Amino acid sequence: MKRRVGVVVFPGVNCDMDTYYVIKDVLKGDVRYVWHTETDLSDLSCIVLPGGFSYGDYLRAGGLAKFSPVMREIKKMAEKGYPVIGICNGFQILVEAGLLPGAFLKNKTLTFICKMQYIKVVNNTSIFTKGYKKGEVLRIPIAHGEGNYYLDGDTLKEVLDNDQIAFQYCSEDGTVGEEFNPNGSTYHIAGILNKNKNVLGMMPHPERASEMILGSVDGAKILKALVD
Amino acid sequence: MADSVLNLEEIIISDRVKKHLEVLNLSEDEYRLIVSYLGREPNEVELGMFGALWSEHCGYKHTRKLIKELPTEGKYIYQGPGENAGVVRVDDVAIVFKVESHNHPSAVEPYQGAATGVGGIVRDILAMGARPIALLDSLRFGDVSKPEVRHIVSGVVKGISDYGNCIGVPTVAGEVYFEDIYSNNPLVNVMCVGVTKVDKLVKAVAKGVGNLVVYYGSKTGRDGVHGATFASAELSSEKEDTRSSIQIADPFVEKKLIEATLELVENGLVVAIQDMGAAGLTSSSCEMAAKGGVGIELELDKVPVRVSDITPYEIMLSESQERMLAIVEPSKLEKVREILDKWELDWAVIGKVTDTRRCVVKYRGEVVADVPLKYLVDMVPTYVKPAKEDQNVKKLRDIKPNLIVEDYRDVILKLLSSPNISSKSWVYEQYDWSVQTNTVVGPGRAGASVLRIKGTNKGIAVKIDGNGRYMYASPYNGVMVAVAEVTRNVSFVGAEPAGITNCLNFGSPDDPNVSYQLQQAIKGLAKACKELGVPVTGGNASLYNETDGVQIYPTVIVGCVGIIHDINKIVDGVFKKPGDLIALVGNETKEDFGMAEILKIIGSDVCGKPPIVEFDVEKRLQEFARFVISHGLISSAMDISEGGMIVPIVEGIIDTKLGARIDLSVMPVYPSIALFSETPSRGIFSFDKEFLDTLKMIAEHYGLKFRVIGEVIDKDELVIEGLPEGSLVLSKEELRKAFYSKPF
Repeated sequence: MKRRVGVVVFPGVNCDMDTYYVIKDVLKGDVRYVWHTETDLSDLSCIVLPGGFSYGDYLRAGGLAKFSPVMREIKKMAEKGYPVIGICNGFQILVEAGLLPGAFLKNKTLTFICKMQYIKVVNNTSIFTKGYKKGEVLRIPIAHGEGNYYLDGDTLKEVLDNDQIAFQYCSEDGTVGEEFNPNGSTYHIAGILNKNKNVLGMMPHPERASEMILGSVDGAKILKALVD
Repeated sequence: MADSVLNLEEIIISDRVKKHLEVLNLSEDEYRLIVSYLGREPNEVELGMFGALWSEHCGYKHTRKLIKELPTEGKYIYQGPGENAGVVRVDDVAIVFKVESHNHPSAVEPYQGAATGVGGIVRDILAMGARPIALLDSLRFGDVSKPEVRHIVSGVVKGISDYGNCIGVPTVAGEVYFEDIYSNNPLVNVMCVGVTKVDKLVKAVAKGVGNLVVYYGSKTGRDGVHGATFASAELSSEKEDTRSSIQIADPFVEKKLIEATLELVENGLVVAIQDMGAAGLTSSSCEMAAKGGVGIELELDKVPVRVSDITPYEIMLSESQERMLAIVEPSKLEKVREILDKWELDWAVIGKVTDTRRCVVKYRGEVVADVPLKYLVDMVPTYVKPAKEDQNVKKLRDIKPNLIVEDYRDVILKLLSSPNISSKSWVYEQYDWSVQTNTVVGPGRAGASVLRIKGTNKGIAVKIDGNGRYMYASPYNGVMVAVAEVTRNVSFVGAEPAGITNCLNFGSPDDPNVSYQLQQAIKGLAKACKELGVPVTGGNASLYNETDGVQIYPTVIVGCVGIIHDINKIVDGVFKKPGDLIALVGNETKEDFGMAEILKIIGSDVCGKPPIVEFDVEKRLQEFARFVISHGLISSAMDISEGGMIVPIVEGIIDTKLGARIDLSVMPVYPSIALFSETPSRGIFSFDKEFLDTLKMIAEHYGLKFRVIGEVIDKDELVIEGLPEGSLVLSKEELRKAFYSKPF
């Protein structure tokens, strides 16, 4: 079935056009922008919350976007099992909106970090990650100031029990450890799924790793899964 | 003025006006000139408007005559100086770019000063109707061992990071240098590049009598009143109250301003736009009207304001950030309203275009200012101040530098770890350089950064350079080195230099030595640009960079945009595979250690003559580089500048699993000269062995020295042979430790 992807635009997001470009021009998918006040998403089969600084990250990252009218509809879609992916700021919004567990802290360096990053596929059963091998190492850029994803012990146990961890930060050869974790996130988590595995939040930017000219195509399969 | 009825000498200036003149940084003679222009004394608001528009920042009082020498024509030029930014063109793509300084605000409040510096130059590009696609910054700080300097460094970097990242414009390149002389006067120069289609470009030219003046963006507050005049005066530790001149940044509003403005332009809803930057409403309204040969009438009651008791004087001179002024036909106002409301921006119709060629400002039913625009904008007094070189500088230049290298390992590692040479990843990793998905070659990989232009097979290369130490010893020759270096960097990724933008950072031109530096530097800039055939599209002047009598080095920052005709035919500076040969190409290596980086490292006096660019060689080297890159003959190219040839060799291997073996015995000069000389017009190229003969022939055709000095090896180390002590092996680990050491 051909799908139609909605890329949600809150004032202040800045990866909306990049994500749209990859889905439409690189992956040849059907895609449209969704303005944050929209309430009818019935034409869409999946949702991308792109990265950026919705509402300037004022209050805290994602803290204001969760109140936008479109979020009610997105919650409904997520509950019905439609795929929803939040990238970077989109991940933060999904956490703020309660669609994913946890919370975000400032990076352990207390600075913004932008660089190429290695991540490892942990769960490869979800719609987003099924194109990868378990343990496969991907090279995808990160660009964030508040990517230190925090889970308390009970929640960590729960997500481990449910196999919800999609990606972990790692070295080039797949080694996981403190020195390969750029922001200090719990259990080196770079991406996480909800219980039903139809909602994914991830800090790395797959739309920046979908064309060879930009140095990596390792992220393309994640977005491709939404198109096919 | 000949037709003036007033005798200038007889104008008595009251103490109250004198105080006001001091705040505005206007001279008494300039006041008399204003009185003679108007035929009466200006009121307070009018005098404030003159102060703003006659400041160096807006009026180019001390540079206007000098910059006439700069070449402004070239094959890619679409818009030269005079607009909000310059434009070069390839096919139907317009590339808009400009560099601007925010030195004074960054000295007083580093975080806000740098952030608002980014915001301001982005709006200049936006005002041309172009989407900002890249930022570059050139930073100069003092001695980094001083805590107060570290405070400035951290604040400036965070200011740029927070602002640029939030608005989603990648910071793709830049440079950072530390010299004690900048301790109290840091330099923050930011360049922005934008793209649009040629037919979507907008000019800041008001037209159409009866058209509306639409204000949009943030509300107007008292912040930054006198900002333009502040930026055009010396700092002093006694003038602590200048803090009120600082503006506060709101990148979220800027992001909305970008999207709203581009939507207005895309839908053809605006006649003209200008950013309310330096001198705010005054400069934007008066400059647009003056350029259009029309008049403008403003009603200040309509301006969205933050505080109700703000005065007309403050409204006219406020530099509150994130504000734009557009000229709109009345029939299109409804559509403009829809877009501005959608983006949740404050906006108001605050006036109209008239045919009076005057700026008339009304407030609460009264006319509070009424001035012919030509006096404010076109008849700015210009000066070329008496110039005389400081004899101490001449003496410094005449001392021959003393280079003695005893322990090569020690000197190489010290050089690599020095703050001016070491990797700037601690800075650029704080900037989002990959947003917008156009960054093909990002920071740290080549001399210049490369961006693609989506929807075409074209790209651009961008870079910014300027060695203030060279310019101090010889402003004329130093600037020429900067122009040669920036264009070389652009050519070395495979791009054709298309246009130059510059920022003139100097001390007070009232000092004869500064006046001399200014004149010599602009002469050098003009000569270099003519020699290399790259026109100047615009720039900015920041004078009075001195605190308590200490002047900065004369620092001309040169930004360059180059055109890449096929985005798939580029190289970076990283070595690619074992067995590739490494060659030194270009000019013969000379004993160029005047004002060189290595002198500081070995504890020798920094003195001597900076290198002299041989433009004939420089031009041929750049043509050679572009030719061999476009034909796929080389694997990497990197120019040689501060620190000498050793630096690009290390950069070639540092982030790879490869190493290099270099043999200095093939060089006709002593090893210390081979490794550390800063002779311009040279580069390090790596290439597959099979192309050796071809490359030699092509280099010969271009009349260049071509010397194979080593090869890329499959081992994590750098081997240097032919040293006095034999050969030296440096492990990648120790190289990395040195090169990636942070200054604090």
